[in-house]
Amino acid sequence: MLVDFFRIGLNNLKRRKLRSWLTMIGIFIGIAAVVSLISLGSGLRTAITGQFASLSTDTLTVQNAETGFGPPGSTAIEKLDEHDLKLISSVRGVKLAIPKQIKTARMEFNKIVLFKTITNIPEDPVVYEWIYESMGAEADEGRLLGRGDKGKIMLGSDFVRTDDFKKTLTAGKKVKIEGEEFEIIGILESSSNFLMNGAIMMLDEDLKEVMEIEDEMDMIVAQLEDANMAEETAERIKKALRNDRGLKEGEEDFSVETPLQAIQTVNTILISINIVVVGIAIISLVVGGIGIANTMYTSVIERTKEIGTMKAVGAKNSDVLSIFLIESGLLGLVGGIIGVLIGLGISYSVSYSANIAFGSEIISFNCPFYLIIFAVSFSFSLGILFGLIPSIQASKLKPAEALRAK
Amino acid sequence: MRKRNKRGGEIIRLREVFKFYQLGESIVKALDGVDLAIKQGDFIAIVGPSGSGKSTMMNMVGALDIATKGDIFLDRINIEHLHESQLAQIRGRKVGFIFQTFNLVPTLTALENVMLPMVFQRVPLRERQMRARELLVEIGLGNRLNHLPSELSGGERQRVAICRALANDPDVILADEPTGNLDSKRGEEVVEMLNRLSEEGKTIIMVTHDLDMAKHADKIYKLKDGKIVN
Repeated sequence: MLVDFFRIGLNNLKRRKLRSWLTMIGIFIGIAAVVSLISLGSGLRTAITGQFASLSTDTLTVQNAETGFGPPGSTAIEKLDEHDLKLISSVRGVKLAIPKQIKTARMEFNKIVLFKTITNIPEDPVVYEWIYESMGAEADEGRLLGRGDKGKIMLGSDFVRTDDFKKTLTAGKKVKIEGEEFEIIGILESSSNFLMNGAIMMLDEDLKEVMEIEDEMDMIVAQLEDANMAEETAERIKKALRNDRGLKEGEEDFSVETPLQAIQTVNTILISINIVVVGIAIISLVVGGIGIANTMYTSVIERTKEIGTMKAVGAKNSDVLSIFLIESGLLGLVGGIIGVLIGLGISYSVSYSANIAFGSEIISFNCPFYLIIFAVSFSFSLGILFGLIPSIQASKLKPAEALRAK
Repeated sequence: MRKRNKRGGEIIRLREVFKFYQLGESIVKALDGVDLAIKQGDFIAIVGPSGSGKSTMMNMVGALDIATKGDIFLDRINIEHLHESQLAQIRGRKVGFIFQTFNLVPTLTALENVMLPMVFQRVPLRERQMRARELLVEIGLGNRLNHLPSELSGGERQRVAICRALANDPDVILADEPTGNLDSKRGEEVVEMLNRLSEEGKTIIMVTHDLDMAKHADKIYKLKDGKIVN
């Protein structure tokens, strides 16, 4: 019975191929948006929050107010200095205060000069080991930078993955940074932190020399004694800096960010993106649904005589209703299946190209099976819902009148 | 004409049947107190000018429409008191329709069109296919089973429609101008077929304005202004 009705419905859709395809476009877009959003969403979140992994949950970052866009801390007018570092390390609840430099430097190798991000590694083993641990840094080649490695650098994984210098960089080779010669001591494994993947790392002292920095730092990372006290310690640091600089509350020319805040900022951005995409999906699905309703109305008018004939040969109102509902449901279903395929295609290509561009499994692609089942059954139900009124109209046609139609 | 397998009992009875239509301000009397009794196996032709009420009467007998007043008995069941789904059942089981414009479902093949009435009677697929194939082969369309109506000639389409009308083995065949869209040779063939069916015991009611065709019937009723005039 139902199989027959499905066949009748499918035949009718095939008969009006172009109209059926056009009707399904709205459904394609809506379902594709939802599927790609969900299957990329968790990957995107992991990728972005992964950038904060080096800060881990027991750290605070202190920066001076910035004037524009650039690497964190680099555009601040008043740089943080040793005095601030000492002040922060003396705050109760702060275990360790680490100065952090993030600069852009000229790197020369194989007679090619490129600008690269350069960052510092403190010389104190306690500090750098903690950094390596929290970053999950492992040497892919050579070894990690350590105490006494003056004149040596460590490179992120991007340097070997890309062919920027037209010649492979390996441990032991020499490169010039801002004109000074350095030896590559190690190359890191690819990590989820793409800032690290693209950075040159050298000891504090080397960086200061090369970049001609005296007493300034872009950022101070404060390691906490107790991760649960992040908010309180952040307040204490703010108070200490305010008192030191003679500022009132609300006039701060610096910021203290807890990891929670950082992750919250990311989440807020992700949520806004989600809202926009979901909005587009809803609008598109409603428009798609109206398209189905419109097509079904036209179909009922065009096929009035056919409906009359079906009734004459014994179709009950409920049979006609089923035939038309199945037809509109099929419009939704086929639209949904194609939408899922497009959505999977989009998220796979985004994930694939992001991984190619940034290296490693930066944005994972994860489409749970229930999502596919849900998307397909949702679109089928949507088709049925929007086809309901035209189908009821078809089923209620009086056979004698319907047969008189042209 | 000698009839075989005839039971001869009354199969259709119209008692004081009126049908009025509201047409703008005025009321049109499509049927104006029709009384008629038809026996099983009769071949009846209903003739009359257009607007005389022929089609309205067909619709009443075929349970496609209900009367404004009066009773219609189909196989002793008063169809005026039936619910929509019961009317659909009656149409599907007891009546077979043949239309002037064939009214085949354009997206279904000849075989599927013949199977359609059986779908609505919940006949199992295998049985449906067998019966439809049998009917089409018998009528000479064995090589046209999987053709769409658009791939068939007018005569072939009407033969498919006849097979469809016979699918559920109904007692009554209602043919509304069955030869109207056919040339005279094909028209004759169709009427010949109806004649044969009547000999086999089917009750045939044919509405036509073609008196040559009507002559094949056992009885001819003339309708004028919603009344039987002979």
